Amino acid sequence: MAHGGGGTRMQDLLGEMIFPALGGSLAAAEDAACLDLPEGRLAFTTDSFVVKPLFFSGGDIGKLAVCGTVNDLAMVGAKPYYLTLGLILEEGLAFDDLEKVVSSIARTASAAGVSVVAGDTKVVERGKADGLYVNTAGVGVVPDGATVSIAGARDGDLLIVNGFVGDHGIAVLKDRGAFAFDVELESDCAPLNGLVSEMLGAGAVHSLRDPTRGGLAAALKEMAAASGLAFEVDEEAVPVREQVRAVCEVLGLDPMYVANEGKLLAAVPAGGADDVLEAMRSHPLGRDSKVIGRAMSGRGGRVSLTGQLGSSRLLRMPSGEQLPRIC
Amino acid sequence: MRFLDEFRVPAAARELLREINALDAGGTFMEVCGTHTMAISKAGLRPLLAPSIDLISGPGCPVCVTSDADIDRAIAVAKLPDVTLATFGDMMKVPGTEGSLASESARGADVKVVYSPLEALDMARSDPEKRVVFLGVGFETTAPAVAATALQAKRERLRNFYLLSFHKLVPPALRALVSLDDFDVDGFILPGHVSVIIGSDAYAFLPAEFGVPCVVTGFEVTDILQAVKKLVEMRDSGPSLEVEYARAVRPEGNPKALGVMDTVFEPCDAEWRGLFVIPGSGLALREAFQRMDAGLWEVELPEKPAARGCRCGEILCGKIKPMDCSLFGTVCTPDEPVGPCMVSSEGTCASYFLYSEQAEDTGTGASS
Amino acid sequence: MCVAVPAEIVEIKEFDVAVIDIGGARKNVSLMLIDGVEVGDFVLVHAGFAIDKIDEQEAQTTMALLEELAGLDEIS
Repeated sequence: MAHGGGGTRMQDLLGEMIFPALGGSLAAAEDAACLDLPEGRLAFTTDSFVVKPLFFSGGDIGKLAVCGTVNDLAMVGAKPYYLTLGLILEEGLAFDDLEKVVSSIARTASAAGVSVVAGDTKVVERGKADGLYVNTAGVGVVPDGATVSIAGARDGDLLIVNGFVGDHGIAVLKDRGAFAFDVELESDCAPLNGLVSEMLGAGAVHSLRDPTRGGLAAALKEMAAASGLAFEVDEEAVPVREQVRAVCEVLGLDPMYVANEGKLLAAVPAGGADDVLEAMRSHPLGRDSKVIGRAMSGRGGRVSLTGQLGSSRLLRMPSGEQLPRIC
Repeated sequence: MRFLDEFRVPAAARELLREINALDAGGTFMEVCGTHTMAISKAGLRPLLAPSIDLISGPGCPVCVTSDADIDRAIAVAKLPDVTLATFGDMMKVPGTEGSLASESARGADVKVVYSPLEALDMARSDPEKRVVFLGVGFETTAPAVAATALQAKRERLRNFYLLSFHKLVPPALRALVSLDDFDVDGFILPGHVSVIIGSDAYAFLPAEFGVPCVVTGFEVTDILQAVKKLVEMRDSGPSLEVEYARAVRPEGNPKALGVMDTVFEPCDAEWRGLFVIPGSGLALREAFQRMDAGLWEVELPEKPAARGCRCGEILCGKIKPMDCSLFGTVCTPDEPVGPCMVSSEGTCASYFLYSEQAEDTGTGASS
Repeated sequence: MCVAVPAEIVEIKEFDVAVIDIGGARKNVSLMLIDGVEVGDFVLVHAGFAIDKIDEQEAQTTMALLEELAGLDEIS
């Protein structure tokens, strides 16, 4: 592709495909987007996406990129507004594939109620970029008075997840063709800002974390450490789909450490938890929400898992990628 | 999941715990399978059975007892040009003298994690320019699968498929353990899946020659508790061999699998990390399979370092506790493990380390 | 060493390969290490191989024992 070098080929690509798909402010072709935002604190985040394969059951790198950044904003209680989009294309990437990804970005942004307002495209030589790398940055606004923070959990808070964990990691593993298994499963990739908005409307939410890489285990450890509290989690209460459990049994993986892209872990004051749960269960992305444990004062960062016999063991922080084992 | 969920009965486990406590006797029992170590840790059984019953981990993780020298050889092979080293995930983080397969992979060595040795065959088929070497690790549960893969490679005349065998055998290791002068354990919890292959008869020598009670069992909490109960009862009734996993284990094992294993491999002496060389406890490729033996390749190996002071051997035999080893928590940590007890995330030392780290501030000390 | 799971044979293919199903997940496994399995049998799967057939009668015996133990737990 000679598109990445600026000049007319790039103009063609942008004009014929990317701008129309993403619409609005991009087409103005200004060097920077000038935007209006409502009152409140600015929330700002960025993330890069390198998932393989580019297309997987339930999503693609484009959808992932939008959801990942929207969700980071939602985790601090911010309403997301605008995204930037950086694309690094490998020479030889099929035009069709790029078109599909860009359409997906447009669809997902629309569904999440955000606009892509600035972007950049570069092309690198064959052999780099695994087809396509995507970077998104996002701005949102935290309404005055809202305080959701990774360090926000308090003694006595209940810990809630909005549904089944482990779907994304296992779906992507399957679609990568790794370890040759087949299963009916889709990534849970989804924008959570709508769900979070409902939760905040129903009651106080002290802390939110999205359990992406490292799974629910990482999110629990991080939230406990940041808040200086000890968490007690009922292992049996963590929702896992039967087929995810099955694949994990075969490969020797632990669903607690498998990545998610449409899940959140919330610490909610016990008194208001019923209302928040009800609001969650009324939302399409929260139907299977469950209380899985609670926060208490104790050794900050300590997370204990209680098993079926009532005894507990300590949850370890994941170190690196979880690999299948025979032992 | 059938034949799995039906054995996960918390109420039955609670009742078994009650019955074990009611026996009013105890003992120190050793399990010799990494998967048992994991299962016991996961279920939090040790604190529930303490103090009358002490469950200790023996040298049961074939991954963790792979010696430095063997890891060094695997790394050296992986670094060769046009070689792809295919390995089970377990092996990636085991340390050699100067690094691990994971760190070498990050530095550019072509290392691929597989779930089955058959995936390595696929790799060899699809890329004839590459020499695909499969890293064979595991006890008798795994060796037949690797052997079958080698047989298939031979049948297909797949000239670019090779094997590096670091497989180990359980019965010779058990014999070496119970023969130690100060070995003092009241019974063994024996590995269910190794036994599927070798059969329960393979352990008859333990009660017969050494008077040690043993029970072959599966990996569900109820299986393990049944075994513990039987072992405690045997303190009165006398040592014998029992099978608590009859749904999968037969006295004669799986003759077909044993035959496949025997066609490809023969016993050899093997060094067990943290212990010593145990005669006849390893598996080497037979002469007929020499063509695919990557262990015969000339590779550059780092010089063997001086003895490190690792006392895993004594820990694995139940003689000392992790804190008694001067390397524990100082030179030897989960991030930079020296011996198998720390290499395994559920190993005795790794567990102690985790709990002691967490208990630091509250001053409760290590407890596991 | 022992991560092996029970799975149901749902299809027997040629060249000593079968398709197993566990909890809705499916995989090809090699039958090179066992004989005489049929569709509907349950096998233990390890590293992509069926290493053994589950003895369903023995399994039922153990399940019955567990049920009995569970019953005693209810009483206590």
